[in-house]
Amino acid sequence: MTTDQSPLIHLTGVDKTYRRGSEEIRVLAGLSLTVQRGEFLALMGPSGSGKSTLLNLLGGLDRPTKGAVEIGGERIDALTDRRLAGWRARHVGLVFQFYNLLPVMTAERNVELPLLLTPLSRAERRRHVATALAVVGLRDRTNHYPRQLSGGEQQRVGIARAIVTDPTLLLCDEPTGDLDRKSGDEILSLLQTLNREQGKTIIMVTHDPHASARASRTVHLDKGQLSAAAPA
Amino acid sequence: MLNWLSQISAITFANLKTLPERRGAALAAAVGIAGVVTVLVGVLSIAEGFQRVLAVSGSPDVAIVLRSGSDTEMNSGLTHDDTRLIADAPGLARNAANLPLASAELFVVINLPKRSTGTDANVPLRGVSPAAFDVRGNLTLLEGRRFEPGKNEVMVGVGAARQFSGLDVGRTVRVGQTEWAVVGVFTAGGGVAESEVWTDAAVLQPAYHRGDTYQAVYAKLISADAFHTFTDALTTNPSLSIKAMRQSDFYAEQSTLLVGFVKGIGITIAGLMAVGALFGALNTMYSSVAARTREIATLRALGFGSSPVVVSVLLESLALALAGGVLGAAGAWLAFDGHTTSTMNWQTFSQVAFAFRVSPALLVEAILWAAMIGVLGGLFPAIRAARIPIAAALRET
Ligand SMILES: Nc1ncnc2c1ncn2[C@@H]1O[C@H](COP(=O)(O)OP(=O)(O)O)[C@@H](O)[C@H]1O
Ligand SMILES: [Mg+2]
Repeated sequence: MTTDQSPLIHLTGVDKTYRRGSEEIRVLAGLSLTVQRGEFLALMGPSGSGKSTLLNLLGGLDRPTKGAVEIGGERIDALTDRRLAGWRARHVGLVFQFYNLLPVMTAERNVELPLLLTPLSRAERRRHVATALAVVGLRDRTNHYPRQLSGGEQQRVGIARAIVTDPTLLLCDEPTGDLDRKSGDEILSLLQTLNREQGKTIIMVTHDPHASARASRTVHLDKGQLSAAAPA
Repeated sequence: MLNWLSQISAITFANLKTLPERRGAALAAAVGIAGVVTVLVGVLSIAEGFQRVLAVSGSPDVAIVLRSGSDTEMNSGLTHDDTRLIADAPGLARNAANLPLASAELFVVINLPKRSTGTDANVPLRGVSPAAFDVRGNLTLLEGRRFEPGKNEVMVGVGAARQFSGLDVGRTVRVGQTEWAVVGVFTAGGGVAESEVWTDAAVLQPAYHRGDTYQAVYAKLISADAFHTFTDALTTNPSLSIKAMRQSDFYAEQSTLLVGFVKGIGITIAGLMAVGALFGALNTMYSSVAARTREIATLRALGFGSSPVVVSVLLESLALALAGGVLGAAGAWLAFDGHTTSTMNWQTFSQVAFAFRVSPALLVEAILWAAMIGVLGGLFPAIRAARIPIAAALRET
């Protein structure tokens, strides 16, 4: 990606409309957003306001109906599906509310998945996986299957999977939404550490003011537009 | 390329690991495919077994001479003079006494009860000349001795002895007005002669009021190449009206009708079952893909390509199909291979004993059928899997 001075993310005039039968729902309406490198941005808003939709556009999982999505100087909305998949593998780490781990694989193998898309050797992959699991504090859970782990531990495996390729950008969709307060706090601290110590740019969708308090900036999504104002 | 393969292996691993959870549907699909393979192998092994009996019966250096215009020994007829002229033709092999190796033979069909059902079926009773043993070359006595010329004695092929009751050495069988003593049992290299009963032509002629006529001459040639010399001499002789064929061609022709019929039936039934099995496989694979929609979407979100998804679904389907195919092939092999039976040879209207033959080529063919069903059954589900819209599929929790 280009020089550190330029913003990492630049969205301009982004529209996203979904079609449901004959009805068109305009979820994002001329939305603009700029995120600097190293920011920890909390994205809040009512349920159904389009937070996940926006996150999907930022992660290259979906395309805007209109407008430009520029990340690291690249117009990712203009990439072909194939190149977009490669771009995701190199530049983004995704963290899901329900972890989305493969139940038939151990923690180690789940974390290894994104590395299968790289030319790394088996031994190198093992090393990277060990490092990522150490970062999230799960060194001793390497050979556990998801069902043998608590929710908080599963989410940490999810975060290890997101950071194992060392991407610049972490996109987290309600990462604490399914966790109790204590586990949620641990996850938030982990994200904060990744942001501060490893310089990851993080965008986190959350409902929880407690969670957004950990971010360096909070934006609100409502009626298809973003605002910095605090909610009532 | 390498990471393409590692993507495939990761997805395939995840797919196959969840098979036990989906074992009901997976098993049904595999069993359906196993059924197709069993039927296919079972029926085609009949054709193969029958074909083999006729194939080993025929030798390219033995000529069969029939009356011109006849297709089988049944509707052929040769006079004593005809058979003398044929025996004198050039190209024939001779024995130590310098006599030509030509056997003038006749052929009647007798009724005997089958050992298995007790019902009567047709058995060929063949009258042969002394040269017959040297002409066939592969006749071996298993038990007893040859019939004695001039006596009402028979020796029976091992297939006939096994299929029909009363054909035991030491017993006599009564056919019409005549009693025949069974004096020996022989093999003939697995050929059709094993389904026949043999006696002296000179004894059979008066017993069936055949005068001094025959139906065929079996002649041993100096070599396979001598066939043309032999036939040219016969067909240019104006006092003869005959046709000559190599024994190998004669039997190959005889088997085509039955083999074609059996194969047609086998492939039709297996084909219909294959359609059913195909729907089973499709159904299993569609539900397999549906069950893993979120997993596939997650992997795609991480950057996995769509082609590894396609390939891994195909591999899963193929694995299921091959498991079913191997199961069915093994079952068919155990159940059918070597199972002996007899059937009507429509050209002679008599029974030919043969063994079901599950050949390696047949097993390979059946496994290929299974693989085809697997690939076809996996194809559309695989395409559906590859087209899963990532963002929408991730929303479904
Ligand atoms: N693939 C889709 N097809 C149709 N409607 C969709 C789709 N994805 C999201 N929506 C609709 O868009 C709106 C925003 O959804 P979403 O981005 O998930 O909201 P949030 O994450 O803020 O709860 C909702 O009304 C939702 O039903
Ligand atoms: Mg959401």
